[in-house]
Order: sequence, then structure tokens, then C-alpha cells
Amino acid sequence: MATEAPPPEGSKDNHPAQPTTEAFLAEQSSAEFGELRRSYRSFAFPLTVAFVLWYLLYVLLSNYAGGFMGTKVFSNINVAFVFGLAQFLTTFLIAWFYSRHANAKLDPKAEAIKDRMEADA
Amino acid sequence: MSAAYHSHTAVTLAASSTSEHRPLIITLFAVFVAATLGITVWAGRQTHSASDFYAGGRQFTAFQNGLAVSGDYMSAASFLGIAGAIALFGYDGFLYSIGFLVAWLVALLLVAEPLRNSGRYTMGDVLAYRMRQRPVRTAAGISTIIVSIFYLLAQMAGAGALVTLLLGISSDSGKILIVALVGVLMIVYVTIGGMKGTTWVQMVKAVLLIAGALLMTLMVLWKFDFNVSDLLGTAAEKSGHGSAFLEPGLKYGATGTSKLDFLSLGLALVLGTAGLPHILIRFYTVPTAKAARKSVNWAIGIIGAFYLMTIALGFGAAALIGPKNIAAPGNTAAPQLAEYLGGTGTTGGAVMLAVISAVAFATILAVVAGLTLASSSSFAHDIYANVIRKGQATEKEEMKAARWSTVFIGAAAIVLGVFARDMNVAGLVALAFAVAASANLPTILYSLFWKRFTTQGALWSIYGGLASSVILVVFSPVVSGNEKSSMFKGVDFSWFPLENPGLISIPLGFLLGWIGSLLSKEEPDKGKYAELEVKSLTGIGAH
Repeated sequence: MATEAPPPEGSKDNHPAQPTTEAFLAEQSSAEFGELRRSYRSFAFPLTVAFVLWYLLYVLLSNYAGGFMGTKVFSNINVAFVFGLAQFLTTFLIAWFYSRHANAKLDPKAEAIKDRMEADA
Repeated sequence: MSAAYHSHTAVTLAASSTSEHRPLIITLFAVFVAATLGITVWAGRQTHSASDFYAGGRQFTAFQNGLAVSGDYMSAASFLGIAGAIALFGYDGFLYSIGFLVAWLVALLLVAEPLRNSGRYTMGDVLAYRMRQRPVRTAAGISTIIVSIFYLLAQMAGAGALVTLLLGISSDSGKILIVALVGVLMIVYVTIGGMKGTTWVQMVKAVLLIAGALLMTLMVLWKFDFNVSDLLGTAAEKSGHGSAFLEPGLKYGATGTSKLDFLSLGLALVLGTAGLPHILIRFYTVPTAKAARKSVNWAIGIIGAFYLMTIALGFGAAALIGPKNIAAPGNTAAPQLAEYLGGTGTTGGAVMLAVISAVAFATILAVVAGLTLASSSSFAHDIYANVIRKGQATEKEEMKAARWSTVFIGAAAIVLGVFARDMNVAGLVALAFAVAASANLPTILYSLFWKRFTTQGALWSIYGGLASSVILVVFSPVVSGNEKSSMFKGVDFSWFPLENPGLISIPLGFLLGWIGSLLSKEEPDKGKYAELEVKSLTGIGAH
């Protein structure tokens, strides 16, 4: 079991490597970190705006376009249901999409910076 | 009038058929309580350091944590509250399921990983990172405790509904007794088991809840030959509302004001999750940010599957029992459905009712333990260790403070729970989401991503978001003015028309954080921001 062994006293949890503030300031303005930040923000921010708008569209249509949402698609399934289920589907897809990006693009960059800074600290 | 009559009928029906099976119900509850206490004692023996107590030693796997996150998140509101809201109001109840799920994307994309990388034990660690410690830690602690107490109220109301149905006690003393029992259990879980015990209880509960919901979903669908359209059609017919039951608007579509309430609720649901302290501290229980990401993905899968099943549970209750036989505010719909599926009046029915009620009880206890841990951690780590003792407290003293604050918060929850016992639990939880989205989320996001954010901005945002959301709730129909559903009956001091304050308080929280920073005389701490930004994206120096 993963929890069987408690970390010994004075483990990494209490004393992780801590570079100096100067090192952090230098790193923050480095090209390598700038690339990591850009790669993260340019992916996560627009995607967040997109899913919030997509969700608000659903809420607003539910509120102010009842007739449209009530349109039957087949037998008792109406547009409102299809819309609701589509929200589930897009949530699963976005989670997968982001994780794929993070695994492929963000993790290697972050790991490289972390290793370099830890070696210097 | 008719609602009162029907609620009486429903309760009596359930009570008459269950009274002879009461020993079975009590046995199942007792088995669960004994098993979780066993886990708690075992976990308590493994708890030596503060990192064990607050963060479970950070050794849980992504899957274990994903399960525990799901167990922490799917509260009585998800199970009893949503099923009830759908059973009574049809499609409008389904908004909760959608909002509660989509909200996880905010946590996944913006909050979980940076938080794991830069914090240690509490939400306050991240909120106060770049700021003057004492004022911001105090604000973070107060906000954590208030959000958690709102959330606790909902769980207590759920517990009250269960006991009414199960033991046929609609008397106040019975409800108060069960609320007190839940309160005592949560104190025991947290003081002895800490985060390790709480995590294991949440994992067990998640498995039980998914299994219970799946069993009921399959039984409901089986009754309709796995034809969802038939299920919906029957629900609509039984509801007396026809196809309107399957369309948005039954609860919120009546007036312009109620439509705004729907929008407000929708906003609070989607932005609240990533500001809930008891959810955020779960990300500290895994070793890395990558594991935190994976645990959110597991949680999205598990929680998404569960919320899809609320369609079958809610509409199933409407179709098979009928909204007229479900007492407002609907908290008993799921257990009533379970009894029906097993065969009302038969041993099968009693067994199903007992099993599903035990699952609901487990759900409540696991969430309550998570909430109590979050608030006592924040009190001990943010307020006691960093504000009162200015960072000079030893690990032992800090853990002792955490255990004592657990006792006080447990006691407060019992007292407040007594007042909330007649409210729909999904609605109550939505208030906690609104407070979290208004007071916590703006500061989390500004701290992580905006370099000009200052201490003053953080304080304005936390206190402004907190005060506006709580004050608007106090003067809303939730607290007074509605004879059927208000917390206090027979008085009316409400002037704010919406039940959920999010529409006003969330934008206000963001606005105040921005203005407070721009008007700040103090310059932002550039060095600290460099530390936070580099740490949050790379995990360098992470605990």
C-alpha cells in the first residue's frame, strides 16, 4: 500500500531544494521559462474562455430560448437533453486534450528547468 | 397545503414499511461506522508528522486520490439533492449535474497543478505566498472556515432527511440526534485519522456510492427495457407537467427574477469547485503535480459517470414514484426510489432502502470529514501557526491546534446543522459554491497569473467576495420570507430576490481584487512572484 511507509523525519517534505530569490528572478525572465509559460498559457487560457462561454451559452439558452430547447429531436429526447449531454462530452474531451498537451509539451520543459535549478541550488 | 399533505403521506408510507426492518438498517449503518472507525484507527497509527496529518504523507497514487477526490466531492447534494431536484422539477435539476462536472475543467486547467507545486498544506499557502503573511493568512483561514461551514450545513440537512425516512422519525429530536451523531463521528475521524484516515474513508465511500448508483440505474433502466426515451416520457406524464418537465424552466423559468437566479446558480456552480478548500487540499496528498493532474482526470471520469446516472435516478424517481409522493425539498427521492425498486412493502424493498440509505450516510460522513479537515487544517496552519504564533509553533503544537479546532468546528456544525435540517441540500451546497467562487477563486487566479496583484487586492477580494455573498444570502429568500423553504419561518427580512448570490458577488470579488491592487500604495513583491510563478509551473522546491 502506498501509505504504509511514512516519510522519515527530515525527509524531502520538510527540506525541498530551495534556490535563492535571485535565481528565481533570473529564471522567470529566461527564454526557456518564457517558452514554458507561453506554451501553458496559450493553451489553457483560450480553452478556459471557450468552455466557460460554451457552458454559459447552454445556461442562457435554457433560460431564454425555452422553445428551441424544447424542440423534440427524436421521441422524448429534446434539444435541451442533447445540449446537456454535449456538455458532458466536451468536458471529457477537453480534459483529455489538455492532459495530452501537458504530457507532451509542458512536462518535458518543466522537468528540464527543475533539474537544472535543483542542480544549481 | 397539498405539499404538506403529500410529504406526510410519503413519510408515513416509508415508515410503516421500514419499522419492522429497522434492525437491518441500523446494522448496516453500524457496520459502515465500525469499518470506517477501524480504518481511522489504523490510519492514526501511521500519522506521525504534520505532513501525514495534513497531506496524508503525500504518498497516495493518482488513482487513489482521484477516487478520494470523487468521494470528497460527490456529497449528499449530488446524491440526495440532485436526484430530488430532478424528481421534483425535471430538467432544471439537471443543471446541477452539468455545472458540478464542467467546473472540474477550471480546477484541471488553472488550479490543481500550480497549487500542488507551490503550496504545502492549505489553500492559504498559495493565497498568501506573495503577500504579507498575517493579514492574507487570516483572510484565507476565515474564508476557508465559512465556505466549509456552508457546505457542512448541506450535509447535515441530508442526514436529517435520511433519518426521517428511515426511522420514521419526523420529530425534531430525532433529526437533532442524527445531526449530533454525524458531528461526533466527523470529529473522531479527523482528530484520530487525519488526512490518511479521511482519504481512505473517502475512497471506500466513492466505491460504495458508484456501486449503489449503478445498481439503481440499471434497475430503473431495466423497468423501461433500457429505453431512456420511455423513462423520460413516463416521468413527464407522472409529473403532471407533460413535456414541460423535460424542458428547462419549471423551477426557474417563471419570472425574469427566477431566470436570473438560474444564471446565478449556473455561474456559481462552474466557478465554485476550484475555490473549495476541502477539494484543493486533496491535491497535496499526491507526490507531484503530474499526479495531481492525473487524479483530476480520474475524478472527472468517475464524477461524470455518476452525474450521468443522476438522470436515471431523478427521472426514475419521478416516473416510478411520482413527484406528488416525494416530500419537498426532495432529499428523500433517491432512498424512496431504492425502496420501490426492491419492492415496496417487501423484504427486498427494505433491504434496498437500507443499503442505499447506508450509502447516502457513508457519502455524508466522508464529505463531512473532508470539510472538517480542511477547516481545522486552515485554522491550525494559517491562523494559529502563521498568524498567532508567527511561524514559531512546533509541528507538535500545530497538530494539537488542528485537533482542538476540529472539536470546535464539529460542535459549531452540529448547532448550525439543526437550523438547516429542512432545506434542499443541493441548493445549500450551491451557496457554498457561490461563496468559494466569490472569495477564493479570484485571489487564487490573480496570485498565480497576475504580476501586479498586491496584498490589498487579495484582502479586498477575499473579504469583499465573502461579505457580499454571505450578506446577500442572509437577506435572500433562503434565510427568510419563504414559508415553505426558508431557514427561519414566520419572519421576513429579505430584500435580495435571488436565492444564489453568485451573479453579483463573483464579479464583485474579481473586480475588488483588481481595483484593490491598482489603488494599492504598496508595490507587488517581484521576487516572491518570481518564486511563485517558477515554482507553480515547474515544481522546483515543491514539498
